[in-house]
Amino acid sequence: MNVQQFEYLVQGAWGTLLLSCLTFVFAGMLGMAVALLRVSPLKPVRHAASSYIQLIQGTPLLVLMGVCFYGPNLLGMNSVPALFAATLALTIQSSAYFGEIWRGCIQSVARSQWEAAECLGFSRLQRMALVILPQALRIATPPTVGFMVQIVKNTSIASLVIGYAELSYNAKILNNSTFEPFLYFGCAAALYFAMCYPMSVWSRKLEKRLNAARGAA
Amino acid sequence: MNYQFDFESVLSYWPLFLEGAGTTLQMSFWATLAGFVLGVLCAVARSSGPTWLRKLVGGYVEIIRNTPLLVQSYFLIFGMSSIGLRLPIMVGAILALVINIGAYTCEIVRAGIESIHKGQLEAAECLGLTPTQVYLHIILRPAIERVYPALTSQYVLLMLVTSILSAVGANELFGISNSVQANTFRNFEVFIVLWVVYLALSGLVRAVFWLFGQFVFVRRRKLGTAL
Repeated sequence: MNVQQFEYLVQGAWGTLLLSCLTFVFAGMLGMAVALLRVSPLKPVRHAASSYIQLIQGTPLLVLMGVCFYGPNLLGMNSVPALFAATLALTIQSSAYFGEIWRGCIQSVARSQWEAAECLGFSRLQRMALVILPQALRIATPPTVGFMVQIVKNTSIASLVIGYAELSYNAKILNNSTFEPFLYFGCAAALYFAMCYPMSVWSRKLEKRLNAARGAA
Repeated sequence: MNYQFDFESVLSYWPLFLEGAGTTLQMSFWATLAGFVLGVLCAVARSSGPTWLRKLVGGYVEIIRNTPLLVQSYFLIFGMSSIGLRLPIMVGAILALVINIGAYTCEIVRAGIESIHKGQLEAAECLGLTPTQVYLHIILRPAIERVYPALTSQYVLLMLVTSILSAVGANELFGISNSVQANTFRNFEVFIVLWVVYLALSGLVRAVFWLFGQFVFVRRRKLGTAL
């Protein structure tokens, strides 16, 4: 492997990082909305949010990628940039998972906290923003970091239908011209590992700390 | 929007979709079965094996869980053919899935094993059960019963990610739909049909796991209650 080829791989890793960060930002916002709708006091809203989650979680990311790649064409957009389509698909998918993860976190805040906030005369909005969400945030950090690992891994799928040039796409291109799969896919795997493993470790550490804090309380 | 939807020409390929769905289910079945066995063995090794084995299994689990399935399958399938090992594509694809799902199963089952109360083991020993009996009936079975919902979700996800193996040439539902797209040029409609079929398949897999659970875990308790 010469320097140019290695640079090409690193370029791919940069594409992976970019797509992961964009996804995390947008999916975070959409996922928060889904989670809040999921705990809404209105039954139809709750049901709508839960059907959204089931609709998204019941289909592979590849199919979502295809829909997001060809769908905008129907609305009159002539060419869809690969990064746009990939971010859209990953955002939709991750928002469903974040919605479900964060709903669990919101609901796991002790019941008495909800009641106490109500007794203090807080409005619904105040109760959510000032009492429940800050506590839910602490519980939510470990699984959120854990899911970020999934996002990084899922970006690899953007190379298939959409052809977004990220790490696994570039590794495949290099392999196609050199036929050294162990070398290039091994290097790609190592780069993915370098991105994901620190987050996995961090997530586990956060979880342990949270468990210790809760055990002491 | 003045796009004319044409589902008819896509749906006229229904035998292909059906065949693909069958292949997807078949791949998922073998991968689930073999992956479960591998995962449980790894979980046992990781929680009560010698230190070197624990480290080995730990390394395997971390490597698999921190790299994407796509790269794993490229590595395995293109790699094997580069050293002259020519497996049928289905065997290679299922092998890649098994290696992947084994690591996830291992982590889930290990969490179940760790949740078994020590008192249970002491009680079993007092009753004079042999170590094998203790492991099978007091540790493994209740552990798997506890994590059964998590395993179900993981295996539904496994069914969905078989679609990734189309990238290395597996002719499952997603792979076979490529030829429909090539014949009809109705890409969007094909993806909508795929969405519906995959939704139905994940419902089916969930139902099968629920039914299986009803038969296997007869004394099923509510989750979270004392075992």
